[in-house]
Amino acid sequence: MKLWLYLVSILLISGHAMAAYEASPLAENPQVEARLKALAVELRCLVCQNQTLADSNAPLAEDLRREVREMIVKNMSDKEIIDFLVSRYGDFVLYRPPLKTTTTLLWVGPFLLVIGGATALVLVLRKRQKKLAAVALTEAEHNRVAQLLSEGANRP
Amino acid sequence: MNRFLIPLGIFVVVLVFLGIGLTLNPRELPSPLVGKPAPSFSLPQLHEKEKVLSSNDLKGKVWLLNFWASWCGGCKEEHPVLIHLAKSGEVPIYGMDYKDRREEALAWLREWGNPYPLVAVDESGRVGIDYGVYGVPETYVIDKAGVIRYKQIGPLREDVLQTKILPLVRELQNQ
Repeated sequence: MKLWLYLVSILLISGHAMAAYEASPLAENPQVEARLKALAVELRCLVCQNQTLADSNAPLAEDLRREVREMIVKNMSDKEIIDFLVSRYGDFVLYRPPLKTTTTLLWVGPFLLVIGGATALVLVLRKRQKKLAAVALTEAEHNRVAQLLSEGANRP
Repeated sequence: MNRFLIPLGIFVVVLVFLGIGLTLNPRELPSPLVGKPAPSFSLPQLHEKEKVLSSNDLKGKVWLLNFWASWCGGCKEEHPVLIHLAKSGEVPIYGMDYKDRREEALAWLREWGNPYPLVAVDESGRVGIDYGVYGVPETYVIDKAGVIRYKQIGPLREDVLQTKILPLVRELQNQ
């Protein structure tokens, strides 16, 4: 009898625990879920900073998904929803940082590096070419080159 | 000579950038809310749940808003600092019990002491979202006009309190 009670209570507890870990029910409306999904991959979870809102299981990410879902149901545009989040959490909430004065280096930096690298490469190559051309041959060396080349040409 | 100078120069530049990167704290994000009116709230109180704590009631004085929870480790870390500040009576600290259970929050305050004149309960975390909270504890300095003047992310330390928050509070109180 005791064992029986024990088993039942384990079942009840585990059932309860499983319910707690289950993902929140996918909304009744698949269109809302699709929009939420599209938005959530563009937004950063602020707790686990290298995950999107879509990936994260942090409680804050769940709350923010709930918030975004409600705004979608209220028929707010993507821009309005993103503005809502940016006004609270700043640009960091966006996975794609906007082009601003403070982020210019971020956006332009890679191109500057490529241009700098390419310029350095061209300069080095030109310098090397100049060095090669600068070596002049004496009369004797010319004759020796001609001789060696003709010898090579006579061989089968 | 030149051959070594250029790679060395590049190395030093990279080193400086990495050094700056290492000393930055990626958890501390600038809040867009500093300088903006504090989002208003009207929430049930922790000790008497029939009563409401509203941000409108706090207009006209300088106050701190401290988001905390009984499950939050950093909150215990900063707790002695809050208690000390509350005893000094320099500025009231209003508590926001963030996504917590009422009984646990009450037990936590009974055990460690209560630095707050009043505590509001943000069970769903909605007010937290309005304030851009992403990691408790977080503390806001709010001026007489209800504008956020400073945001502390993470535990409040005595040195931050002495060098940043209290000078700011005194300045705001004299305005």
